[in-house]
Amino acid sequence: MSLTLRVNGKTQRVDAEPSTPLLYVLRNDLGLRGPHFGCGLGQCGACTVLVNGRATRSCITPCSAVKGEITTLEGLAKDGKLHPVQQAWIDEQVPQCGFCQNGQILTAKALLERNPQPTDAEIREGMNGVLCRCMTYYRVQAAIRRASKAMSAKGVVA
Amino acid sequence: MITSRRDLLKSAGILVVSFAAGVRTGKAQGAGPYPDVDFLELDSWIAIHPDNSATFSVGKTDCGQGTGTSFRQIMADELDIAFEKTTCVMGSTDITVDQGGSGGSTAMERDSWPMRRAAAEARRVLLDMASERFQTPVAELEVHDGVVTVKNDPSKTVTYGQLIGAKKFHVRLSGSNINEATGKAPVKPVQQLNNVGKSPQRYDIPPKVDGSLEWAVDVRLPAMVHARNVKPPFAGAKLKRIDESSVRGLPGLVKVVSKGNYVAVVCEREEQAIRAAQMLKVEWEKPERAPFPSSENLFNYMREVKPTSSGKPVVAGDPETAFTRAAQVIEADYDIPFQGHTAIGPAHAMADPSNGQMTVYSNDMKSYGMRRGVAAFVGMPNDRVRVVWKEGPQGFGRTAADDAGCEAAYLAKEIGRPVRVQWMRSEETAWDTKSPAFAVKLRGALDSAGNLLAIDFDARSADYNHVGYNEADTVLIAQLMGSRREQPASGSASMPSEMYAIPNRRMATHVVSLPLIWETPLRTGNLRDPNGPQSTFASESFIDELAAAAKVDPFEFRMKLLQASTSDDAGFRRARSIAALQAVAKAYGWDSRPSPKPRGAGEILTGRGIAYAFRGETIVAEIAEVEVNRRTGHVWAKRLVCAHDCGLVINPQSLTHTIECAMLHSLSRAIHEEVEFDTEKVTSVDWKTHPTLTHADTPERIDVVLVNGDPHPDRPDLRPYGAGEAACKPMLAAIANAIYDATGVRLRRIPFRAPRVLAALRAAA
Repeated sequence: MSLTLRVNGKTQRVDAEPSTPLLYVLRNDLGLRGPHFGCGLGQCGACTVLVNGRATRSCITPCSAVKGEITTLEGLAKDGKLHPVQQAWIDEQVPQCGFCQNGQILTAKALLERNPQPTDAEIREGMNGVLCRCMTYYRVQAAIRRASKAMSAKGVVA
Repeated sequence: MITSRRDLLKSAGILVVSFAAGVRTGKAQGAGPYPDVDFLELDSWIAIHPDNSATFSVGKTDCGQGTGTSFRQIMADELDIAFEKTTCVMGSTDITVDQGGSGGSTAMERDSWPMRRAAAEARRVLLDMASERFQTPVAELEVHDGVVTVKNDPSKTVTYGQLIGAKKFHVRLSGSNINEATGKAPVKPVQQLNNVGKSPQRYDIPPKVDGSLEWAVDVRLPAMVHARNVKPPFAGAKLKRIDESSVRGLPGLVKVVSKGNYVAVVCEREEQAIRAAQMLKVEWEKPERAPFPSSENLFNYMREVKPTSSGKPVVAGDPETAFTRAAQVIEADYDIPFQGHTAIGPAHAMADPSNGQMTVYSNDMKSYGMRRGVAAFVGMPNDRVRVVWKEGPQGFGRTAADDAGCEAAYLAKEIGRPVRVQWMRSEETAWDTKSPAFAVKLRGALDSAGNLLAIDFDARSADYNHVGYNEADTVLIAQLMGSRREQPASGSASMPSEMYAIPNRRMATHVVSLPLIWETPLRTGNLRDPNGPQSTFASESFIDELAAAAKVDPFEFRMKLLQASTSDDAGFRRARSIAALQAVAKAYGWDSRPSPKPRGAGEILTGRGIAYAFRGETIVAEIAEVEVNRRTGHVWAKRLVCAHDCGLVINPQSLTHTIECAMLHSLSRAIHEEVEFDTEKVTSVDWKTHPTLTHADTPERIDVVLVNGDPHPDRPDLRPYGAGEAACKPMLAAIANAIYDATGVRLRRIPFRAPRVLAALRAAA
């Protein structure tokens, strides 16, 4: 069936079964490379996208259930300028292989939107369900603190 | 972002509406063939472009440690070109030389050498060109950032790009193998390397952060289809019958493919393949004999079964006599379970069979080996097969024994269309290659003054039939199809490095086999420093046990053993070991006292543990500070400190981050990771049943000290040694030693999950 999605500011029509997880539609029909398949079970976070700003696991979300604006990693930069969270990731040189970083970055963005100045404990708790097998957690947490500072200094809304 | 419904409607009105009908990122391949790239041709390594930039092509892959940036640094230094004007191409078999891909932490230690020499040779050839152009001897020329100038006439200047333009060098190198490839030019002394020792940012990170990178999972080709495997539900099961009617009529079904015990479904769309694989009804016959003991009974089994092989023990001095004269004999058994590679993304590959060629798009860390494996597996000559390397989820050795490449190539040949294979999570966690389980017995003899007289190390490793690198007759699909080799690999068990001057030593190793040898989910492969973490967990825990028995501070106990002799090991690693141990103790703020620490009354007990190891010439000393919750058994490593000496450091920031992550990987292995199984199948199938380190487990502070403990630290020929795996080795023992320091309870069985820790605390209370 044909359905309409709003992705990174564009309206897209795709032809897929309603039960198809959003992840496959984004990757295979829309050619997006940000969201990754990690587990298909909603356990690791590699497939994360934002739906109306909320971090959502696209591997277990039927495409027909999505009502609202989807933002993927590709959609974070505005007018060619990286989002402060992405910039913090580069400044801290966070990734190793980088395969999970889509979920780390988008979950961090959603976290900072809810809580612009999280404590260390709040960062640990807010990020806890996003797994990294290269174990970049220490650098991810440093980048979140850096992004929080940069955004509050500039008055950026996440 | 859009926050209200009105904004949403307003913005929707002005946006382009497009209809997406699938995406294609690649083009069908050309007619080939793809001959080997000649490593004795300078042009295979370096291309200079008219704009005075350079492309370096190297036979490596990057597993996430940023090695490409380091290769650019060291090659830019030898070539004398600005780092910013260089790019690096890696790992694709048709356009880069074969340096074996990645593995063994050899990127800098071994593989940077031919790169350096090629770059030095290119500089020599370019200076010769400039010399001819200006009719001036080379000695009167200088070069900076790819611009050659006549020293006493700065008006005479020419760029590398102008000298060679878009032309090729056509210069031959010499050397009997790629590691020896060299031109006529010598490499520079370390003191003249300008980019080396600095930390330019990794070039691969921005596209990983903005979503623009095309990963191996992203390759899309015209007419491609999607495949999923259907694995046997029981280890060693035989395929009886496939009921194809169970999937007949499913949308998008292309074909059910099976041979022997290998089964896969191929569909037009990915979600269709996943559904078809779930719905396909297959009848399997259980094996007559249980394939393995349950994971609960594994170590009893390993200690009782007759080994498949035993190495000749390494003996120094007279350990047996020393044991009879000991004032105190300490004995301990250590158990390390099977641990998985469990990459964050499962195995995947795309194979394109068009035009009589086979191109595999893969994240295989040994892409050159995969090319040979795929060619042999599908029966094609090597030069008809190429592997295009692209980035992927790090597997720490998993992709050296990649399975998806051969599967995709086989299916592509069957279907006659490009096939993309991806494993599911349960398949990856259960069936990926495993790090072998170890059962280790240690005995130590102390004299009445607490001196260590003798040590006896005896290790058993469940490593029989350890799989090789992309071998056409050991890859899982070959096993399942019955096209496997006759003789399994003998496997190995490692002994600890001989780090200490212990006068009487005996070290023995044995390999044991589980009942099921082939088609087993417990097949072993190399996981980040294969066997080092296991043997070092035992040996460095035991040194702590001896220190505690002697009532000596564990740092001082080690220092005494290191300082007892300088005659063996040429004194070189020993001198650097002493420097690394002193550096880690200083960075941590170690105060001298024996373990365990007197216990407080509170719910949280804290302690510190030290351990050290070397791997090749790389020395690593680590200290962990832990909190143990007495009520729950939960362990948190609050602080980690590492002193690391790998000789010449190319990029300190990349190295530091790699070390941090390596320590955390081993922390995960220490407190979380174990592959569990019953007597039919692996039951660790996802992140709940095979947990891993999380954000909540992350230490509050990590310090990495880069040490140069070389007795001649300013030597012009200071070499880079391996990094990445070495830092994994001591951490398991450092955590165990810290838990002992905190609680007085010695844990000898990995992992230290909360229930096991709690049970041990209660048993000791």
